[in-house]
Amino acid sequence: MDTISIRAPSMPSGGTKAQRRVKTRLPAAIALLPTALIVLIVYIGCMLWTVRLSFTSSTLLPKLDWVGFAQYSRLFANDRFLTSASNIVIFGALFISGCLIIGFLLAVFIDQNIRGEGLFRTIFLYPYSMSFVVTGVAWQWFLNPGLGLQKLVRDMGFESFTFDWLVNQRMAIYTIVIAGLWHGAGLTMAILLAGLRGVDKDLWKAAKVDGIPTWRVYTSVVLPLLRPMVVTAVVLLTTGVVKLYDLVVAMTLGGPGIATEVPAKFVMDHLFERNNIALGTAAATIMLITVISILAPWVYVRYVRPQGRHA
Amino acid sequence: MNMKTRVSAYTLSVALIWSSGALAQKAEVLHWWTSAGESASVKVFADQFTKAGGTWVDNAIAGGANARTAGINRMVGGNPPTMMQFNTGKQFDELVSNDLVRDVEAQAKAGKWRDIMPKPIVDATVRDGKFFAVPVNIHGQNWMFYNTKVFADAGLEAPKTFPELIESGEKLKAKGIIPIALGGQPNWEHNLFRAVVVGHGGADMFRQLYGTRKPDVVKSPKFKETVELFGKMRGLVDPGSPGRNWNDATALVITNKAAMHFNGDWAKGEFIAAGQTAGKEYGCTVVGQEPKLVIGGDVFVLPATKDKTALATQDKLVEVLLDPTSQLEFNKKKGSIPVRMDVDVSSMDVCAQKSHAILKDPANQVESMEILSPPNFSGAMQDAVTQYWNNPNMPADAFIEKITSAMRDAG
Repeated sequence: MDTISIRAPSMPSGGTKAQRRVKTRLPAAIALLPTALIVLIVYIGCMLWTVRLSFTSSTLLPKLDWVGFAQYSRLFANDRFLTSASNIVIFGALFISGCLIIGFLLAVFIDQNIRGEGLFRTIFLYPYSMSFVVTGVAWQWFLNPGLGLQKLVRDMGFESFTFDWLVNQRMAIYTIVIAGLWHGAGLTMAILLAGLRGVDKDLWKAAKVDGIPTWRVYTSVVLPLLRPMVVTAVVLLTTGVVKLYDLVVAMTLGGPGIATEVPAKFVMDHLFERNNIALGTAAATIMLITVISILAPWVYVRYVRPQGRHA
Repeated sequence: MNMKTRVSAYTLSVALIWSSGALAQKAEVLHWWTSAGESASVKVFADQFTKAGGTWVDNAIAGGANARTAGINRMVGGNPPTMMQFNTGKQFDELVSNDLVRDVEAQAKAGKWRDIMPKPIVDATVRDGKFFAVPVNIHGQNWMFYNTKVFADAGLEAPKTFPELIESGEKLKAKGIIPIALGGQPNWEHNLFRAVVVGHGGADMFRQLYGTRKPDVVKSPKFKETVELFGKMRGLVDPGSPGRNWNDATALVITNKAAMHFNGDWAKGEFIAAGQTAGKEYGCTVVGQEPKLVIGGDVFVLPATKDKTALATQDKLVEVLLDPTSQLEFNKKKGSIPVRMDVDVSSMDVCAQKSHAILKDPANQVESMEILSPPNFSGAMQDAVTQYWNNPNMPADAFIEKITSAMRDAG
C-alpha cells in the first residue's frame, strides 16, 4: 500500500519494521500482561469451571463426576426457572426501551435551555446515585397497598382507588420495571444530553432555514447522530438487566409467590442457600449462553465484518 | 532494691506475661447472631469463656447463608475458625464426610449428652455413632403467638385446632382485625405450612413429607384436607402481607392490629423489646389436635485441627457452651430453651416453660425440616408452597403435584 512506501524511506536505521513494532509495543504488552492473565485465568477459567460443574451432581461442595445434561433437563422442568427467564425478558425489554425513551425526552427537555437546568439535571440523575437495595426498599414502601400510594390516595377520600401491583402476581414484575426506570432513566438522560450538546449548531440553523419542525429534526437528524451514545446507554443498561438481583431481593424477594423471580436470584439461591451447586451453575451457564448469543451477532457486525471488508 | 533483685523482678514479670500469653487460649468464633437480642445472647458465651481464662474473638457475619459460605470456604482452604455456628440439621453433613470437623464423642460420653438432650437433637448431631457438633439450644418453630386483648374483645378463645382457627379467623376478620399477621416471604409462608402439617396432619405425616419423602404420603386424603385448610388461610391475611418482614408481622400483633402470628420462639424477642410480657399482653400456644413441637436449634462445630493449643481451646469451649449457667442465661436472651433438659427453667418466661413441659414427653418432639430434609428439597418445597399460597386459584391437586415432582427431583 502507498502509506508504507512513503514512510519506509524516512524510517531511521535500527531494525526492520516488525522489530521496531515489537520494541515499541513491548512495554505496553508487559503492562497489560497482568490484566490479560487475570482475564484469562479468573474470568475465562471461572466460566469454564462453572460450565464444567453444571454437568456434575455437586451439591454443597464441587464434585467432578459426570451426569450429562441431567441438570439442564431439571432446569427446564423447573417452574421457577421458566418464570425467571420470562421475567428477565419482560424486564429487559421494558427497562431498556423505557430508559431510552424517558431518558431521551428528559434530555430534550433540558436541552431547551430551560431555567435552573443544573437543578433539574441533578434531580433527574440523583436516583442513579442510590444503590438498587435502597431503591428497592423505598419503592416497596411506596407501592405497598397498606402503607404507600394506595393508602395515601384513599386517605384523601378516593375510597375505591386501587394500586396493588406490588402484591398482585400478574403485575408485580412491572413494579420492578418502574423502580428500575426511576433508577436508570437519569443516567440515560445524562449520556444522551452530552450527545445533544455535541450536535453541530449549524445543523439546527439549516433545519430552521428549511422550515423543518423541531420534533422532526430531533427524530430524523439528531437521533441518528446520537447513535454512539444510544449504544453506550444500551450496553450499560443491558449489564444492569443481566445482573438484576439486588433490586428484586430488596423489593419483593421474588414474590408474591415466584412472580418476580429472576435468573441471577435463581443462581444465587441454588449456589448458596440450597446447596445445589450443579443446578445453580447450569442456570448460570444458560445465562452465559443467552448473553453470548445476543452479543455475538452484534460483535460480528460491529467489529469483525467491517475489518474484513476494509482489509 | 539492688540491681540484681530489680533485674530478676523484671525477668520474672516478663516471664509471667509471656507464660500468661501462652496460656490465654484464643478462640475465633464464627456465627451469624447479629441482631440485638442475638448478640446479647452470644455475649453470654463470650463472657463465660473469658471468665474461664480464654480470649473470645467474635467473628459475626450477617446472614446465615453468608456466614456459612465464608466459614466453609475457610475450612476447605485450610484456615478454619476455632468454632463455627450451624443450624441443627444437615448443613454440616458434607463437612463431616470430608473430615473437616472433629468429633466430640469423648465429651459427649463424659457429659451424658444422649441422656440429657432430646432425641431429635441428638440424632441430628450424631453421624456414624459419634457427636460431630455441640448443640446449644432448642427452638420451637411452630408457635402461635396471639394478642390476648384482641381475642378478649372479640369474645373468643385462642383456637386449639386449625378448623377452629379458621372459624375464629373469619369472625375476627368481620370485626376488621387482621386474623393472621404473616410475613409474606417464601420462607415464612413455608413455616406456616409446616405448622399446619404438623398440627393438623400429625407428626408422622410431617416426618414422611420432609423425611422419608415417599409420594404416598401426599396422596392420602388427610394430606389433601391439610392442604385445603392451609389454602383457606389465604383469606385470613391482609393484602399488605406479600414481601413483609417477619418482625413487621409480629409488630402487627403487638400493636393490636392483628390477632395471630405463627413463628418460631425467636419472635418473643420482638414482644420483649416492645415491653410486653408473655401470658399478659400476648399468649403463646401450639395449634393442633395434640401439641407437637417442631424443634430445631443451633449447634457449634469444631473444625478439625492438629494444633494442640487449638484442640485444648476447643475442649474448653465445649465445656463453656454446655455449662448449666451459660445454658440458662444464653437461652433467656436467645428466646430458645436450654438443650439440656436437666436445667431448671423455672426462672424463664411462661412460653419457655410451656416449651420445656411439652418437650418433656418424647412423643411431642418433632424434628424440624432443617434436620429432616436436604436444603435442595426444602428449597423446592418452598417454591411450591409460595406458589400455592399466593395464587388463590391454584387447586390443592396442582400443589400436591408440585410436591410430588419436588420429591422426585430431590431423589
